[in-house]
Amino acid sequence: MGTLVRPELLLLHALSLAAAPLLPGLIVRTKALIAGRTGPPLLQGYSDLWKLMGKGAVYSDVTSWLFRAGPVAGLASVVTAWCLLPSWGVSAPLSFAGDLVLFVCLLGLSRFLTVLAALDTGSSFEGMGASREITFSALTEPALFLALATLARATGATSLSGMLGGRMTHAWGAAGSSLALTAVCLFVVLLAENARIPVDDPATHLELTMIHEVMVLDHGGPDLAFIQYGAALKLWVFQALLVGLTLPVRTGGLLADAAAFLMGMIILSMVIGVVESIMARLQLSRVPQLLIGAGALAAFGLILTVR
Amino acid sequence: MIIILVALGVLVASGLGALAAGGRHPLANRVGSLGALAGCALGLAGTAMSRMLGEAPSLRIPWSVPGGELHLEIDALASFFLLLIFGLCLMAALFGSEYLRAHADRKWLGPPWFFFNVLAASMAVVVMAADGILFLMAWEVMALSSYFLVNFEDEKESTRRAGWVYLVATHVGTVFVIVLFMLLGRESGSMDFNRWSGLPGLPPVTAGLLFLLAVVGFGTKAGIVPFHVWLPEAHPAAPAHVSAVMSGVMIKTGIYGLLRVVSFLGTPPAWWAMVLMGIGVTSGLLGVLFAVAQPDLKRVLAYSSVENVGVILLGIGLGLLGISYGEPALVLFGMTGALLHVMNHAIFKGLLFMGAGVAIHGAGTGRIDQLGGLIRKMPIAALAILAGVWAIAGLPPLNGFFGEMLIYIGALEGAGRLEGARVLLPIAALVGLALVSGLAAACFARVFGVCFLGTPRSDEPARASEAGPATLASLLALAALCVIFGLSPGLALSVVAPAAGLLASHSDLTGATALGPAAAQVAGVTHVSMILLALIAALALLRRGLLRGRETRDAVTWDCGYESPTPRMQHTGSSLARPFAEVFPFVMPGRRQTAPPEGHFPAAASLRVVIANPFQEWLYRPAFDRIQRGMSRLRWLQHGRVQLYVLYIVATLIALLAWFMAF
Repeated sequence: MGTLVRPELLLLHALSLAAAPLLPGLIVRTKALIAGRTGPPLLQGYSDLWKLMGKGAVYSDVTSWLFRAGPVAGLASVVTAWCLLPSWGVSAPLSFAGDLVLFVCLLGLSRFLTVLAALDTGSSFEGMGASREITFSALTEPALFLALATLARATGATSLSGMLGGRMTHAWGAAGSSLALTAVCLFVVLLAENARIPVDDPATHLELTMIHEVMVLDHGGPDLAFIQYGAALKLWVFQALLVGLTLPVRTGGLLADAAAFLMGMIILSMVIGVVESIMARLQLSRVPQLLIGAGALAAFGLILTVR
Repeated sequence: MIIILVALGVLVASGLGALAAGGRHPLANRVGSLGALAGCALGLAGTAMSRMLGEAPSLRIPWSVPGGELHLEIDALASFFLLLIFGLCLMAALFGSEYLRAHADRKWLGPPWFFFNVLAASMAVVVMAADGILFLMAWEVMALSSYFLVNFEDEKESTRRAGWVYLVATHVGTVFVIVLFMLLGRESGSMDFNRWSGLPGLPPVTAGLLFLLAVVGFGTKAGIVPFHVWLPEAHPAAPAHVSAVMSGVMIKTGIYGLLRVVSFLGTPPAWWAMVLMGIGVTSGLLGVLFAVAQPDLKRVLAYSSVENVGVILLGIGLGLLGISYGEPALVLFGMTGALLHVMNHAIFKGLLFMGAGVAIHGAGTGRIDQLGGLIRKMPIAALAILAGVWAIAGLPPLNGFFGEMLIYIGALEGAGRLEGARVLLPIAALVGLALVSGLAAACFARVFGVCFLGTPRSDEPARASEAGPATLASLLALAALCVIFGLSPGLALSVVAPAAGLLASHSDLTGATALGPAAAQVAGVTHVSMILLALIAALALLRRGLLRGRETRDAVTWDCGYESPTPRMQHTGSSLARPFAEVFPFVMPGRRQTAPPEGHFPAAASLRVVIANPFQEWLYRPAFDRIQRGMSRLRWLQHGRVQLYVLYIVATLIALLAWFMAF
C-alpha cells in the first residue's frame, strides 16, 4: 500500500538524491589513490553536471523525438525506482507487497529507453553498445530477480522496505549462508548494471570497446547531464540495496542508522574502486559466463533456504 | 443473448453478402467491412450488457444433429473471451477495410470478408458453446475459415505451403480434441458441458489422460512448443488484420478450451501444474529466443506469440499448483495474471501485427535488415507501434507489465509459502519468467530500433509514407487501450475478475474468489505510474527551460571522423541477434555460409547466416518424411476412379454393419 513518510524522513531521502553524484567521485578517488595519483576532486561530478546543464545541445540530423525524450524518461524511471528502495535505515517513500518486481522493471525501462535512443542515431558504434547492453541485461535480470527472491524468502516479505528492514538482522541468523551468496550475486549485478570493470570500463577511450558510454556518445548538454545523473543515481540505488542487505543496522535511533548506512555506502564505493584497480576487463564473450555464474550463485542461495 | 445472436446473424449475413458481391470490389469491401464492424459492435454491446446484468444467459434449442444440442451459455469465462474476440475483430475490421483496398485491383475482396466474418462468428460460438458437438463444429469452422484467410495471397508458393502446414497442424490438434470429447461423452453419457462439469469420481488415470489430451489438442491451437511450428508459417502469410486476429484471439481459444476442460476435471493433482509450468517455461524461452533470431518482422511477432502463450500457461500452471497445494494466493495471482496477460496480449499483439502490416506495406519489405528510419516517414503509426512494443516488453507503466507482475508475485508468494522440494516449482517459474521478460525486452528493442529508428537501409523504406485514416484510427485505439489499462490496472483487473473468480471457485477455495489481495498491487502500481509520469513531465519542462534561448544545432551522427558513412554501416538486426545466438547456441543452430575476401585485390565477399528452427529441422521434417514414405505404399488405393471409391464406402458400411450386428 502506498504510504508517505514523515517530513524529517523525506529530508533524509532528498539527501540521497543530492548525494548520488558523490559515489562515482569516491570510486575514482580510490582508484587514483591506489595508482599513486592525486585524482580529480571529490565534487568533480557536481561541477561536470553544472557545466553540462549550462550548455546548449547538438543533435544528429538522423535522430527523432525519441532521442530527445530518451534521457528525460530514462532519468524519470531511475528516480521512480529509487522511490521504492529503502535507504538511511528507513523505509522507502513508497512501498507495497511485490514492489520489487516494479523496481526491477523500472530499471529495465530506463535501459530500454537508453537503447532506443542509441539506435535512433543510426551509428554503428551506438548499435554495438546497444547490442551488448541488451544481451548482458537479459542475463542480469534473472540474477537480480533470483537474488531478490532469496531475500524475500529469507525475510518473509515481498516489498523492498519489508525485506531490507528490521527482519534482515534476524534473517542473517537464520539463513546467513544464503544471504552471503546473494550479496556476492548482487555485487556482480551492481558491477554489470553500472558499467563497471570487469564488465565495462568507464574510463576507456575507444568507442569500439565500450558498452554504456558508447550508447550516449551523441548526447550533449542538459541531456547528457540527465544521463550522467541517472547513472550516478542508479549506482546509488544498487549500492543502497547491497548495503541494506549486508549492513542491516537497526538501533532504533535515526541518526545512528543513517550514519551506519552512510559508512556502508562509502566503504562499498571504495571496494568498487579497489576491484577496478586490481582487475582487468573481461573479454566481452566471457561476460555472459560471469553473469550466468552470478545467477547460479543466487539460485544456490535460494535453494539453501529450503529445508 | 439475443443481441449476441443478432450480432452473429449480421456477421454471417454480411459475409454472404460480400461473397455475393464478389466480383465488384468496392461493394464487396463495403458490405463485408460494414457488416463486420456492425456485428462486432453489437456483440460487444451484448456481452457488456450481460456482464452488467451479472447473469449467465443460456439458450437451448433441440437439434437434429445426432448426439448434439444447440446449447449456448455465456458464463464469466465465456463473456471475458467474447469481449476480446468482438473487440479485436472490430479493430481488425476497421483496419482491414482500408488494408484490403490496396489489393482491390488484383483480388476479389468478397471471399476474404466472408471468411473473416465467419471466423469472427465461429470464434464467438466456440467460447459460447455448451455442447461438445456444437463446440467441435464451431472449432472446425474456425480452423477452415482461418485457413482460407491465410491463403489470401495464394499466388505465392510460400503462402500455399504455409496454409498447408497450418491445415495439417490444426487438424492434428483437432483429432486430440475429438478423442477428448468422445471420452468425456462416454464418461458422462452426454455431450452437454453442464453434465461434464464436476464429473463425479473420475479415476485419476482417466482424468490425467483427459488432461493430457486437452494439453496436446488445445495446445496445438495455442501454439505451445513443440506444436508451435504452424504459427511462424501461417501468421506471416496471412493479411495483417487476419494475423492480428489469429494471434490476438484465435490462439487464445486454445487457452479457453484448456481452462474449460480443466474446470470439468475436478481438483487437479500437482503434476498437471508441473506439466503446464514446464510447457510454459519451455514455450516462453524458446519462443522468445527464436523471436530474437528472426530476420522477418512478422515472424518475430509470430514467435513472440509462442512466448506469450508460454507466459500465460505459466500463470495457469501456478494457479493449478495453488489449487492442488491449497494456497489461495497462488491461485489468485496465477490465474488473474494469466487472464490479464491473455487480454493484454490480444491488445498489443493485435496492434503490433497491424502495425507490422503498415510498415511492410509502406516499405515494401518485411526484412528487418532492409528497414530503418520509418519513424520519420510514418510518425503517427510509429508512435502507436512504440506503445505496443513498450507494452509487449513488459515495461511499466503500460498494460503488458501488470499481468506479468501478478504472475511474478504469484511465484514469489509460492517461493515464500511452500516448503521442501515443492518450492523449486515457483522458483523455476520465477527464473524462467525473468529470463523470458528480459529477452522479450531485448527482442523488441531490436525490432523497433532497427525498423523504425536510424536511417533506411535500402531504397524502399525511404519512400514509405503515413497510412490512411482508418488504419491509423485502429492502431491508435489499440495503443490507447495499452496506455489506459497500464495506467489504471484496477480497470483491467475488473474486466478479468469475474472470469478469474470463476476459475478459482472450481478449486473449492472460496476465499480466493475475492480479489482483495491484488488491491495493494493495484494501488501501488497506480501511484508509481503517476509519479513516473509527473517526473517525466517535470524533467521535460526543466529541459525545455534550460535549452530556451540557447543554441541547439543539427550535425551528423558521431562517426569518428570517417569521411563517408553510409546507412549500411549501421548495426543491423542480424548483428543485434548474433550475441544471443552465441549465448544460446543449442537453441539457435545457425548455418554460416561465408565467402571471405581472397587475393591481393579482393573483389566480392559475402556472409550469410541462416538460423533454423530445430524442431522443424530435427523433429517434424524427418517425421513427416517417414510418414510420407510409409503412406506411399498405400498409394495404389488412390487412382481416381470414382466408382471404385463408392465401392470402398459400401464395403466399409457393410463391414461396420457386420461388426455392429456381431457385438
